Amino acid sequence: MATPEEQMALHRQLHAKSTGVLLDKLFKGSAFSFAALVLIVLFGMMLMLLKEAWPTFAHFGFGFFISSDWDVVNNKYGALIPIVGTLVTSLIAVVIGVPVSFGIAIFITMMAPAWMKRPVGIAIELLAAVPSIIYGMWGLFYFAPWFANYIQPFMTNTLGELPILGQFFQGPPIGVSIFTAGVVLAIMIIPFIASVMRDMFEIVPTTLKESAFAMGSTTWEVIWKVVLPYTKSGVVGGVILGLGRAMGETMAVAFVVGNSLELNTGLFYPGATIASTMANEFNEASGLHMSSLIALGLILFVITFLVLSIAKWFLMMLERAHEGTGT
Amino acid sequence: MKAPAPNPHRAVHKMTKYQVRKIINYVNLSASIVVTLFGLAMLAWILTVLFGKGFHYLNWAVFSQMTPPPGESGGLLNAIVGTLALTFLAVLIGTPIGIMAGTYLAEFGMKSKFSSVVRFINDVLLSAPSIVVGVFVYTLVVAPSGHFSGWAGAIALSILVIPVVVRTTEDMLKLVPIPMREAAAALGAPRYKVTISIVYKAALSGMITGVLLATARIMGETAPLLFTALNNQFWSVDMNQPIANMPVVIYQYALSPYEDWQNLAWAGALLITISVLLMNIMARYTLKSPTSR
Repeated sequence: MATPEEQMALHRQLHAKSTGVLLDKLFKGSAFSFAALVLIVLFGMMLMLLKEAWPTFAHFGFGFFISSDWDVVNNKYGALIPIVGTLVTSLIAVVIGVPVSFGIAIFITMMAPAWMKRPVGIAIELLAAVPSIIYGMWGLFYFAPWFANYIQPFMTNTLGELPILGQFFQGPPIGVSIFTAGVVLAIMIIPFIASVMRDMFEIVPTTLKESAFAMGSTTWEVIWKVVLPYTKSGVVGGVILGLGRAMGETMAVAFVVGNSLELNTGLFYPGATIASTMANEFNEASGLHMSSLIALGLILFVITFLVLSIAKWFLMMLERAHEGTGT
Repeated sequence: MKAPAPNPHRAVHKMTKYQVRKIINYVNLSASIVVTLFGLAMLAWILTVLFGKGFHYLNWAVFSQMTPPPGESGGLLNAIVGTLALTFLAVLIGTPIGIMAGTYLAEFGMKSKFSSVVRFINDVLLSAPSIVVGVFVYTLVVAPSGHFSGWAGAIALSILVIPVVVRTTEDMLKLVPIPMREAAAALGAPRYKVTISIVYKAALSGMITGVLLATARIMGETAPLLFTALNNQFWSVDMNQPIANMPVVIYQYALSPYEDWQNLAWAGALLITISVLLMNIMARYTLKSPTSR
């Protein structure tokens, strides 16, 4: 990368030429306007959604956010259940997905023999390339029945007996539920988080790790006390990136979440997320119903925007922290 | 910290600190292997189901017949053609926009405030929920025109193409060494010529990779098409009308109670996954080919 001085010099040099000055201006101008288009798309999105969602906000006011009524027949809408559903499913996804991704990243960077690193890495990345609708079909026809038959009774009998936490592990044994959606989302975000973590772990300077080994650290101690502290903001950024993805995921969730807009404390009851509600009801909606669905979309957009911004901020912190170290 | 050699006599009563550390090490590393196997097992499960079911129902009719009415057998011809048309158009719209915006960031804007805002917003768009993009295009195109259309679908998909192409274009152009630009400039080439015939040429394979990755990303996208292109049971390549496409057909057929439809959904799911994986492999191969840089 050239220093600003060098780039300025290049700039002046190029401008000295009289031929092509007009074309140059045209080229730069169009490049600039397309870059501006990226901004326009985002703000256009915000504005259009806000405009279309306005009737709902005007009609229900703040109550829209805290009401658990979603009654199409009586034209009453509240966003509480889809919002909670979105947050809970993506939280389950992160709770399950993060330790697994961490283990995979450790295995690939610290443990696997050289001939194994690439194939395992590529296999995990293949998981990321599979379209989300495939996860949905597999989740509905294979994972959900298996989960309902084998894992859910076990969890209800053990975790469900706990004093206060027990109420969360209740529900009918039908397979489609908030919890199933969370697990399928976890499997979807594992490749993303694992590959971010792997990339992070690989930038840790070898001398740093070897110094720790030379001091007598075990492999785990090197990971926990050297590698992780060195990369922590990147790792946190990667995890939040995965959270953002889980929140906006539509198709996989629409298949396995059960699409029921009733409030339950049990995680094994069918539920709904913002995205699944939109996918289900949008094409039959009109008037206030449509406006409420668009309002849901706006809420999802704002939440993911915030989450992604935080992720980006953490990743920038990592870049800044290691700028001078030559990594 | 001292690590005394394990003493067999003392170990019976109390484990040494060293032994505790070793046990923690073994337990945690074994856990890593277990979760890696878990990840690979899930991949194997999904692919086995997909390939088993998909190949079982894949036959010539899938490629030669139209999507059938409920309870009858048929194929996916119109959906395959529709998806190809939508993907092609979306890439055609999104690529030039993405390349120009990426060029601005790498060649003109560099470290300016405007560029860093664009870069940030682009990264947000890169991971924005695709269903929101669908709703946006619905309010922008479908609602004013009064009907679902292929064009709306292509526009929605192109909004997903742009951020991928912007990102890869910028990254790839930045890899081109500055002296190459200076050499061209010293020979008297105006700046647009430097960019087009020197920088683009050097970064070409990387830029193609970006387009391939973007294509792979949109081919399997379902959510933005639900509210834009919708679906069409009949043969149609009219972009002003709703158009059949693989993801929406798979979605509707998989959730239908008819066995023929569900079988077709599995065949379609296999086709779309193979296409997406092939695109990804091609993207990797392009980036590594000897013509790059």
